[in-house]
Amino acid sequence: MNRYMMFLIARRAGAGILTLLIVSAVVFFITSLLPGDAAQMILGQNATPETVAALRQQLGLDQPLLVRYFSWLGGMLHGDFGISFASHLPVAQLVAQRIPATFELAAITTLICVPLALVIGIAAAMNRGSLIDRFLVVSTMATVAVPEFLVATVAVLIFAVKLHWVSAMSFGSPNMDLLSYLKSYALPVLTLCCVLVAQMARMTRAAIINQLDSPYLEMARLKGVSPLRAVLRHALPNAVGPIANSISLSLSYLFGGVIIIETIFSYPGLASALVDAVSNRDLPVVQFCVMLFAACYLLLLLAADILTIAFNPKWRS
Amino acid sequence: MSKFKKESDAVNPALTRALTEGSLSRRSLMKLLSAGAVMSTGLIGFPEMGFAAETPVKGGKLRAAMSNASATDTLDPAKGNNSGDYTRQFMFYSGLTELDKNLQVHPALAESVESGDGVTWQIKLRKGVTFHDGKPLTAKDVIYSLSRHKDPAVASNAFKLADQFKTFTAVNDNEVQLVLSQANFDVPYMLAAAPFLIVQDGTKDFSKGIGTGPFKLKEFTPGVRSVGVKNPNYFKPGLPHLDEVELLGVTDQAARVNALMSGDLHIISTLGAADCKRIKATSDFAVLESKSGMYTNLIVRTDMKPGSNEDFVLGMKYLQPREMVVKTVLQGYGDVANDTPVPPWHPFYNADLKPRPLDVEKAKFHFKKAGMVGANVEIITTPNIEGAVEGGQLIQQVARNTGVNFKVRRVPYDGYWSTHWTKDPVGYGSINPRPTLDMLFSQFYLSSASNNESGWKNDQFDQLVVAARGERDQAKRKQMYGDMQTLIYDHCGTIIPTFISSTDGYSKKVKGVEAWPSGMMMGYRFHEFAWLSA
Repeated sequence: MNRYMMFLIARRAGAGILTLLIVSAVVFFITSLLPGDAAQMILGQNATPETVAALRQQLGLDQPLLVRYFSWLGGMLHGDFGISFASHLPVAQLVAQRIPATFELAAITTLICVPLALVIGIAAAMNRGSLIDRFLVVSTMATVAVPEFLVATVAVLIFAVKLHWVSAMSFGSPNMDLLSYLKSYALPVLTLCCVLVAQMARMTRAAIINQLDSPYLEMARLKGVSPLRAVLRHALPNAVGPIANSISLSLSYLFGGVIIIETIFSYPGLASALVDAVSNRDLPVVQFCVMLFAACYLLLLLAADILTIAFNPKWRS
Repeated sequence: MSKFKKESDAVNPALTRALTEGSLSRRSLMKLLSAGAVMSTGLIGFPEMGFAAETPVKGGKLRAAMSNASATDTLDPAKGNNSGDYTRQFMFYSGLTELDKNLQVHPALAESVESGDGVTWQIKLRKGVTFHDGKPLTAKDVIYSLSRHKDPAVASNAFKLADQFKTFTAVNDNEVQLVLSQANFDVPYMLAAAPFLIVQDGTKDFSKGIGTGPFKLKEFTPGVRSVGVKNPNYFKPGLPHLDEVELLGVTDQAARVNALMSGDLHIISTLGAADCKRIKATSDFAVLESKSGMYTNLIVRTDMKPGSNEDFVLGMKYLQPREMVVKTVLQGYGDVANDTPVPPWHPFYNADLKPRPLDVEKAKFHFKKAGMVGANVEIITTPNIEGAVEGGQLIQQVARNTGVNFKVRRVPYDGYWSTHWTKDPVGYGSINPRPTLDMLFSQFYLSSASNNESGWKNDQFDQLVVAARGERDQAKRKQMYGDMQTLIYDHCGTIIPTFISSTDGYSKKVKGVEAWPSGMMMGYRFHEFAWLSA
């Protein structure tokens, strides 16, 4: 790593922090435009002016918006993420209950998806135009085109309701034996893989083919390098940039974008916590979740960019 | 806001045995017949225990799912506002009184609740009852539990109801004297409602769930699950049968039904009409239908145009395809209503008020009289209120030749209750049954009611509501409530086309569950009586 690379990386990180700041302002002011507030939502049908007013004061909703924004932002910088309106528990504690579930699902899915996608993408690229390639291209295209709720619903109906092989729900009980663990994670991971593998594999194939078409690989092949070695040793390192980008974009979906999966499998992840918080107008939780998603997203992009920079031959020496 | 409307409080007013017998599901009727007789003797106070045809198996772990799950899930009886909260709270706490499957009120933690004048009530407590932490139940606990609803800072859902509690006095350790601000003979029924479950004196932290209920709290994660283990010191001998109950919240209806049918769950609440069909087609699962006073209503504001003209409201009442809604939208799981909030099986039901038939000509006549020919009227609907979208569309269809042009506008459910409900000139609402007619009328029909849905004001009605509270003679009360219904039928802007039954699904491995009109899932108390067959 030389100084120029460090500079590039620092600039990317700085841009990330600035983005987060903008996100915080947008999130805060947009969410405060939602119709109705937490006091009304919590009290619901039985609300009376007295109880609503009392609750509003308790929650600090009677303060001006700008004051609330800066005290919230200041709190965030000090690691104080506020108190949930709905449950009166610290937001950090509430979210901490959900984070392991989200990371667990993301980790298992990543562990299965990424190698699978790479193998499919590389195999298709190496056999470009062949029957295998066409089969892989068509089947990945078909899987991408099917919405995940359909994949999930059909999978539940077949494997859980009809065959009883796996669970229809994935509550992720804390102390499960291996078999019930597999049973409860099988369907959500399968569904997510259907969505992600196809995208990643197609991007991998395109990136590798791009390299295979370049003159240096033609030269390597002419010098007698075996096809597999040409791809793995020569093409793949130079294709890491675009591949890492596509992987990071796909994986960022695992944080926050999986609401349909969480709904269908009653999975207690962050995305469902966010949706729930929106409908309860539990703004501290909404704001914190969105900031967390934005941060994860930016981190993944940053990681992809660093990989791209690190693997770029121009700056490598 | 969660679906609190769909499944709020659901205890119903007193019912005579004869009337409710007819509302039992076919399944429970067959069970009763096969048992040879309707056993109502049992132990005094626990008549439910006597019915089972088979000897209950002790032990086992039951998994159940309600349709609500949210970070607002609570173990604080004052804050509960949906079926999930009620069920969870009935697991860990008990009330002073409780309702049985015939909607009769029985003493529970109280040995007796008595009053001569309806104003001063003597509440005698059952002796020897202990909380989950071993502390004995005393008058202090009762006073704390009931009086906290009066504090606006608690923001209790029963704030309005508790307003009538004037003073509490501990006569001794086992007796409380409650004085009301005015006579109300519904107090025993009211005390059976979920908000009035008894907690320990001074409780501020409700996450421990320490009560006197059939289960002790083992785990509680809001929005996900509550786990309870059998309370060996439960004050009802022999109950509960189960060792452990896991109560989950699964908001997605399809997910709930799939989880039931895949064997992950034993019993689930709130089925749609299509799910009932699907479940009935199997041999391992069954549908538990309970008649209920729940309704979806069309609200015509009478304090703004066009509802300020009585003829327009009357025209709308003639445009309700009531039978069609029951048959198609509800697939038979409901009853035709006559625009009053009192269901046909209710003892105070005024049978003289026949449901207005669908009559396009009469509607046309009234619209013309109201000067509405050629006018545009928008009906606001939202998904998630059962039958609201279909109801609006049906009106639009049948009203084609009435001279009024109806438009149906679907708005998002999110924020519906705060931005649309009771604010649109013509729009849908949904109300859950209340334990007594007084509570229902006071909350939704009284001129001063905070949720007077149609902005209806009627002095005569207001006087009758107050007078009926203090009337002890049941025949006179029936007459009064009958008159109130006539006033609603003739003048009020809320239109109630049907009552919607609550439907739950369960695996046939679950025994001991039956239809209770006091709410879904056996009045939210299935866990107390259910057992699992081997």
